[in-house]
Order: sequence, then structure tokens, then C-alpha cells
Amino acid sequence: MIRFDRVAKRYPPGLDALSDLSFEVEEREMVVVNGHSGAGKSTLLKLIAAVEKPTAGAVLVGGQNVGGLARAALPYLRRRIGMVFQDQKLLFDRNVFENVMLPLAIAGFPPREAAQRVRAALDKVGLASREKALPVMLSGGEQQRLAIARAVVNRPSLLLADEPTAHLDSETAADVARIFHEFHYVGVTILIATYANELFSGARRLQLDHGRLLP
Amino acid sequence: MKVWLAHHAAAFRLALRRLTAAPVNSLLSLLAVGVALALPAGGQMLLANALHLAGTTSAVPQISIFMASNAERKAAAEIESRLGRYGGVKNVQFLPREETLARMKANTGLRDVIEVLPGNPFPDAFVVTATDDRPEAMEKLAVEFRRWPKVEHVQLDSAWVRRLDALLKLGRTAVALLGVLLGAGLIAISFSIIRMQVLTHRAEIEVSQLLGATDGFIQRPFLYYGVLLGLGGGIVAWLLVGAAALWLRAPLGELVRLYDLTLVLQALDVRDSALLLGFAAGLGWLGAMISLRQHLKQS
Repeated sequence: MIRFDRVAKRYPPGLDALSDLSFEVEEREMVVVNGHSGAGKSTLLKLIAAVEKPTAGAVLVGGQNVGGLARAALPYLRRRIGMVFQDQKLLFDRNVFENVMLPLAIAGFPPREAAQRVRAALDKVGLASREKALPVMLSGGEQQRLAIARAVVNRPSLLLADEPTAHLDSETAADVARIFHEFHYVGVTILIATYANELFSGARRLQLDHGRLLP
Repeated sequence: MKVWLAHHAAAFRLALRRLTAAPVNSLLSLLAVGVALALPAGGQMLLANALHLAGTTSAVPQISIFMASNAERKAAAEIESRLGRYGGVKNVQFLPREETLARMKANTGLRDVIEVLPGNPFPDAFVVTATDDRPEAMEKLAVEFRRWPKVEHVQLDSAWVRRLDALLKLGRTAVALLGVLLGAGLIAISFSIIRMQVLTHRAEIEVSQLLGATDGFIQRPFLYYGVLLGLGGGIVAWLLVGAAALWLRAPLGELVRLYDLTLVLQALDVRDSALLLGFAAGLGWLGAMISLRQHLKQS
């Protein structure tokens, strides 16, 4: 599903975020990326969604070299990937329903079918009753679940999550982790960058250290 | 097709929502666009009225003959009969000085002035049309009439028709120039307003891009916003011009009545109104497009 082939990412003026990184993620696999702050976890995820481009090497997603994609092709790659961002990137002037609706509107779903999918996704993360609420009215855990609902509403085969349980109390964090496990059970390939290993027991671990993969 | 329409409708609703979300801002923006458009639109309105006026006025050139003010009625009768016999004269209209005085007195503005003057300041006059109304022939007639006794002044009215024509041509050029200039201004206004909009919604644009939105999808609500801005500004301009037409109707009617013409100042007609709104919407769209191109190229 995902293959990193001797990937390096250097930010100007000469900061190496990732160096000589090679690994593979199989379809339907759940992988946790560990590492200290600044180890390159976020960069790794950004390379997969082609938010960043590698300075060297190749990032293959579904056999496609995403680093070489033209700007016009990026939207179609990203629609196949669900992303939960570290800072969530919710739209605070839109309610819960509209936030989750956005990826479907972008992908051009017919409104009625889209609405059904939005409700199904919200139900899945336990926010079915908060449809009309604005994100500011949600708790931290609810906001995180909203971000997850938005990431999965498109039913992507690949789900990327950057620190999805940070800033959550242990109970809420466990709740969020459970949602990821559920998606894993139904066959979604999942990559999670996190410190909280214990929440994702059973997942394969990739350990990053200063941009390099530890064996 | 239905889905496509639904998405356009959604983008349109979003644009409308953004426009109404900051009513004071939007109102001032519309006013800026409206005032910019009102100048060429107002020019066009005046021009259309002037053209109408020129069209209804007898374009047939006339010669006015003014008798000396001390000439007696007998002298005028003499001239009248001479004109009647003279070859090349098609029609003669006699304007007795008493009638002219009465007509001028009917005008409230002039009455006070006339009343302080001793006697009747107006001479007897004739308005003559010729069988051959080419300027050279008219000029020849005028020269002949000037030699007649007790004729004080002969005026060729074809001159003012030609002058009016030249003036209208100039007016048309001026309106076109103004239109181009303020059209460019409108593009600039739309550009910077959409730029502000883009900056306000930067987070949304970024998220949309991360979620796989094409440039087209991102641009759509902003383009609708630009169109609405132009269209709204066009409507403001239309209202301004209409109000100006109503306001100017009475005083301008009074003014042209002094020239023996009638003019009821009309607001923009259907064709000009449609052109105004169409151009306004188009230019709003263009300004938005340039702004978005610039922003998306950077991101």
C-alpha cells in the first residue's frame, strides 16, 4: 500500500527532517509511528499525502509515486486518503454536519447520498446528536472525534492520523483509539503518529529517531 | 447535471452567506462599485437623452431672420411677402415680437428680468426653411437675406445642429473612455475585495486543498462572490442613475424649454440597463478570477 524508498526530506536552510527512510506498509495494516518531538513523524505523514515532497527517494502510495504528481493530480490522491491533522483543522464557522460534509462536497457526491454518509460517520464516532453544534461548543474529545468523522466519511482505504490522542484525558484518548481499531477491523490501512503506544497495542511500530528509522 | 447544479447552488449560497455575514462591509463595497459604475452609466444616460433630443429636434437646418428692433410691422410684412416670393424658400414662419415676449414671460425665471427692461426687447423674427438645405446653399440664402432692409441679424441654425452632432460624438467617446477607465477600476476593486475574502477564508482554503479540493471547487464561491459584488454594484449604479434622472428631470426640462425643445429625462433603457448589469457582473468575476489565480499560484 505504502512504500518509502530511501526517502529524505530536507527543509531549508539545511534541516534534515528525514534521512534515508525505507519501509513498507501492507494493505489493511495498522502501523504506529513513534519518536520524540521533531523526529519526523509529521513529515512522514505529510509525504504520503503529498503535502510535502521528498528531497530524495520515492514515496509510493498504491504503486503511484506521489512525490512526482502534478499539482492538478493532487486532489485525486488526497480524496483516497483520510487525514486527521495534529491541529485538527476544523472549520469553526461551520457546524458539525457541514464540517463532515466538506470532503463529500469536494468529491462531488450527490447531496442526499452525502447527507446519509455524514450521518453514518457521525454515528460511528458518537456525535450523531451534535449535528448542528459548532466546533467551539464541543469538548476536546468531541472535536477530535469530529476530525476523525471528517477523515473517514469518504470511506478512504488509507487513514493517516497525526497525534490523534494528544491533549486528551486518558479515558477520552482510549475512546478515540477504539475508533481507530474499529476502522482497522473493517479493513482500512492506518498510519498513526503518536507517543501513546499503549493505546494502539497490536499495531506494528516504526521508531523514528532524528529522521532515521531505528531497527 | 443535477449534482453539478446542486454544487453550484451550494457555492452560490455560500457566497451569498459571506456577503450577508458582514453587511456593513458588503454595503460599502457595493457602494464603491456602484459609484464607480454610476459615472459611465450616468454619462450614457445623458448621452442617450441627448441623442433622443437631437433625433426629435428638426434636423432640418433653419435660417432665423431677426428684424431691427425699431422696424415697424410694415417692414416685417414687406419681408414676409418677399420671402414668400423668393425662390429656394420652402416655408416661412413669422414670430411677432409680442408673442415672443408673452412666451418668454411665461417662464418664471425670465419674467423678473424681462419686467425690469424698458419696452419689448424682442424683435420680430422669421424662421425659414429652404428647399435646398445643404450648408452652402443655406449660406447663400443667409447672405442674401442680410442685405434686405431692416434686417438686423440672420442666423444659420444648421451650425448648431452640426455643433450638437460633433458634441454628441465627443460625448460618446468620453463615455466610452470613462467606461473603460472605471471598468478597470471595478476590476481592481473586485480584485482587492476578493483578496480580502481569500485571506479571511485562508484556513478553509487550506483544509479544502488537504481534503482534495480542486482549484475549481475552491474558486467557485469566490467567483460567485465577485459576480454578486459586480451585480449588486451594478444595481446600485442603476438606482443612482435613476435617482439622478428623476432629480434632474424638472430643472433640465425647464432649461431645454428655453430652447423651444421638450425633454423628459429618461433613466437607462432596458438595453443599457442589461448592458450595465452584464458588464458589472462580468468585471466582478474577472477581478475575482485574477485575484484567485494569483493566490492559488502561490499556495
